[in-house]
Amino acid sequence: MEPILKVENLTKVFSRSGQEDFTAVNSIRFSLNPGECLGIIGESGSGKTTAVNMITRLLDATEGSILLDGEEITHLKGRELRKVYRKMQMVFQTPTDSFDPRRTLGDGIGESLRNIGMSRKETREEVERLLGKCGLPADFADRYPHQVSGGQCQRAAIARALAVKPRLLICDEATSALDVTVQKEILELLNELRSQQGNSLSILFICHDISLVQQFCDRVLVMYHGSIVEEGVPDDVIGHPQNEYTQRLIDSIL
Amino acid sequence: MREVTIRKQRIKKDSVKFRLILFGTLAVLLIVCSFFSEYLTPCDPYLQDLSIAKQPPDAEHLLGTDRYGRDMLSRVIVGSRTSIFSTLLLVAIITALGTAVGVVCGWNGKALDTVLMRISDLFLAFPGLVFALAVAGVLGGGLQNAIIALAAISWPKYARLARSQTLAQKETAWMKAAKLSGSSTVKLIFKHILPNIIGPILVTSMLDIGTMMMELAALSFLGLGAKPPIAEWGSMMSDTRSLMTTSPWITFSPGIAIFISVMIFNLLGDTIRDYADPKSRGR
Ligand SMILES: Nc1ncnc2c1ncn2[C@@H]1O[C@H](COP(=O)(O)OP(=O)(O)OP(=O)(O)O)[C@@H](O)[C@H]1O
Ligand SMILES: [Mg+2]
Repeated sequence: MEPILKVENLTKVFSRSGQEDFTAVNSIRFSLNPGECLGIIGESGSGKTTAVNMITRLLDATEGSILLDGEEITHLKGRELRKVYRKMQMVFQTPTDSFDPRRTLGDGIGESLRNIGMSRKETREEVERLLGKCGLPADFADRYPHQVSGGQCQRAAIARALAVKPRLLICDEATSALDVTVQKEILELLNELRSQQGNSLSILFICHDISLVQQFCDRVLVMYHGSIVEEGVPDDVIGHPQNEYTQRLIDSIL
Repeated sequence: MREVTIRKQRIKKDSVKFRLILFGTLAVLLIVCSFFSEYLTPCDPYLQDLSIAKQPPDAEHLLGTDRYGRDMLSRVIVGSRTSIFSTLLLVAIITALGTAVGVVCGWNGKALDTVLMRISDLFLAFPGLVFALAVAGVLGGGLQNAIIALAAISWPKYARLARSQTLAQKETAWMKAAKLSGSSTVKLIFKHILPNIIGPILVTSMLDIGTMMMELAALSFLGLGAKPPIAEWGSMMSDTRSLMTTSPWITFSPGIAIFISVMIFNLLGDTIRDYADPKSRGR
């Protein structure tokens, strides 16, 4: 089976004037199979966000290549790039900030649908259906982001990400800003989506909580100082870490 | 608790709305009056009658007459057209021009940004009115050239503001989300950037109306703006400075007109700022 996402030698070097170049992501490679949920763990500053920002093309890669569903997307621009976002979506760490404060949640969720040419009325119906699917009442479409709780907002963000029926969903610490019970609810929602959509939805799950990854992911990568230092099934990685850093990461939690 | 805060929000929102309607109506009224000023004058504003020169306010001439015996009230009403329209035009020009430059710079970055921002620094470093004088001097007198001169020196403030606001907006998570929603650059700018930055910019332009009115008047006074006998508040005031002690109504009438219009626009500016704050909106 062809992987949905394949990353080769991906590198990001930040060069700041007057300072030494800083390699935030150092030649990482991995692939993600259809229907799989791949976790990436690592301490704060290990380069997880930088890596996914390159994959979503919000940040230009210094080197390396990104293949989404067999298509090279590393250097796409403009219209071609916008097309890619019909296959790949992301849920952000800060739910409230990920919605324009001046627009309703419904506007935000429907934006991608309007952009692919859906009429206003169809969009509204689809938005309400998506909200329902993510466990929110339909009238949340008319609320502003500051009028809902973080957890509710994150549900709306998931609804937005699912609007174009993407094949790859990237969650960059989608649960970190939420409290434990809400975290669990969001994970349950994601789990439900996975079992509904089977092989048509793959998830890249960024997290720095190793126990969440253990519950949720099929496979896990451990990142440290911009490199991938370990890879495997979560239970193995946690039970028998090969790498010294992984060992420490686990010790600090258990 | 929640009920209480919601009610408080609603009250606040209602009062902002009320002020917006009040000052908005006043401003519109002022503009409409100035537009139809010719039909609203009680006497002919240009008719000279030296036999009634420098008369203090009475029933026939509510604001008295000037040194040529012209009715001050009529002159102030007719003057509103030149004063208000040229000011609004000027502010509209600098707001649009400055915002456009600022957004392009902030969004694009790179060389274009550097070049345009250095140019705006140049303008900002120069004493504004002196520069405007030079420009108006080169172009020659006249209201149109005064507007061009003031526009040339006033846009950088807006460009700076729009640029810094655009830069801040560009980094937000919702801009990233909007990009991932497949919105084109034009859509991102018009649907997400502009609505989020226009509040502070509009407030600045509202508060600038007063300044611009005075600067246009200053240029008129120096013979580089509106020329007599055209009634214009600024030049009317400047021309009659010498009569301030003997016939104060002649100087004060246009002065009060400027004061009232500036106040209306300033209050409107404050209200728009309150209204633009998203937290004061919604239920
Ligand atoms: N625009 C930038 N310019 C310079 N350095 C940057 C930039 N963005 C990130 N970095 C650096 O890159 C490193 C990796 O940052 P990144 O945000 O990817 O970490 P992270 O693994 O997502 O951390 P967290 O768990 O806190 O989200 C950090 O050391 C950070 O300081
Ligand atoms: Mg991060």
